[in-house]
Amino acid sequence: MGAQQLTGAQQRPDRVVVVGAGQAGYQVAASLREQGHQGGITLVGQEDGLPYERPPLSKAYLKGTADESRLWLRPEAFYTRERVTGTGTVVAVDRPARAVRLGDGRVLGYDHLVLATGSRPRTLDVPGADLRGVRTLRTLRDARALRTDLAGAAHVVVVGAGFIGLEFAAAANEMGRRVTVVETHRRPLGRVVSEPTAAYVTRLHEERGNELLLGQGVAGLRDDGCGRVAAVELADGRLLPADLVLVGVGAAPCTELAEAAGLSVAGGIVTDEQLLTGDPCVSAVGDCAAFPDPRSGARVRVESVQNAVDHARLVADRLTGAPRRYRDLPWFWSDQFSVTLQIAGLDRGHDRAMVLESAPDCFSVLLFRDNGLVAVESVGRPGEHMAARRLLGGGVPLSPWEADAPGFTLRAHLKARSGGPVPAAA
Amino acid sequence: MPQITYVAADSTERTLDVSAGLSVMRGAVMNDVDGIAAQCGGSAQCATCHVYVDPKAVAALEEMDEEEDDMLGYTACERRPNSRLSCRLQVTDALDGLVVHLPERQY
Repeated sequence: MGAQQLTGAQQRPDRVVVVGAGQAGYQVAASLREQGHQGGITLVGQEDGLPYERPPLSKAYLKGTADESRLWLRPEAFYTRERVTGTGTVVAVDRPARAVRLGDGRVLGYDHLVLATGSRPRTLDVPGADLRGVRTLRTLRDARALRTDLAGAAHVVVVGAGFIGLEFAAAANEMGRRVTVVETHRRPLGRVVSEPTAAYVTRLHEERGNELLLGQGVAGLRDDGCGRVAAVELADGRLLPADLVLVGVGAAPCTELAEAAGLSVAGGIVTDEQLLTGDPCVSAVGDCAAFPDPRSGARVRVESVQNAVDHARLVADRLTGAPRRYRDLPWFWSDQFSVTLQIAGLDRGHDRAMVLESAPDCFSVLLFRDNGLVAVESVGRPGEHMAARRLLGGGVPLSPWEADAPGFTLRAHLKARSGGPVPAAA
Repeated sequence: MPQITYVAADSTERTLDVSAGLSVMRGAVMNDVDGIAAQCGGSAQCATCHVYVDPKAVAALEEMDEEEDDMLGYTACERRPNSRLSCRLQVTDALDGLVVHLPERQY
């Protein structure tokens, strides 16, 4: 899809309706006001309460160290002051009429519509998947339920060794629970990190007493006779006792509204490099958007705070008269036990991994493809992670040979290549 | 409750009661203070809660750790000797009266 020619009204719309009040939807509203948008902003979210941060839900919140008002992205006063209105459920988008219909029958007209519908957890397709005590984690409501369940659980089984599963496994362990993680791949975080980092994460969990059953599928979930989960049946027939099962097997984009409205959907709501859908009055941002990765050219969908915020900021800039192409570098973090894993860049398949280690709990893995740096994973080296973000984000080249030099650091390389002290943000 | 004063880049001031135990960042977010983005929510991942601490108060603060020091190399506005990440400043009774200046931008 090429850049679309926009008319004046499309460039500076008056009424903006945002569907979805997660991190991305909230940020569209906040950034629109920051950029001087004077018109109406309706932020329609399905969840009760104010927009909140999701990352703590699998960490501090579970351990009871963050109360709910501390999760709010902004207090109520913000929405009043900035005239950001609305709750409800959007049930349909009528593009010819430029209006959305809500579940209670209300119709809201828009000049620009932003779809920030997010994603929802995938569930298991096995017998017993709907038993009580089998949960997923995405919303505050999910986290509340898990916090309650955890209080009475002794044996916790986590299905899926992705970020959510492992963060939950770490938190449950720290609360004194016995935790087993079951993963079909032969290593944790198989789709997102390299072999060396996966090996470190495995060790991290095992050393603290979590059991990781890798390369192992789940055949079903067994009942206690009263509709509550009692055990997880593995593909090899073994039974794991469980009074709480967290299913963390990835998330699927919420694309139904877009699809029903006739917008293109392919592994997410398809957008161009300005995050516009095929309709110049409709943008898609955050987890639900499938957009062209500026570095590889591939269509990607990214679930992260960074992606949500940077998408939202770009759309707000465009809607207030400053269009640009999306160029922001993806970055991620995951807190497990006392360790923070940081990732800069999107690794869509590397052919070389180089480990720079300064101590067992302090290392970076540099991932190269065709002799060019594509991503960096770090543990305990925040300075190197930030340098990686600058290098990759700024397109500063780095070859494996340069990185192989004794005493090499990303920070020093960045400094040398940018010809001075570490620069301020672009 | 300790009072913290947030001074925006345009010199408008807000003085707020912030419970001990919260961070200076959280105090701003919970009280709807503009100018602190705190994209990562206090995980020291983003350097978008950068503040300039009133120079007189710098010595009274807990010293920064290496992580914060590293992150401060990547703020949107220039780092100065009194630069801190407000997510790393825990409010205590001893910090009552603290004044922090917000940079012009966080991105």
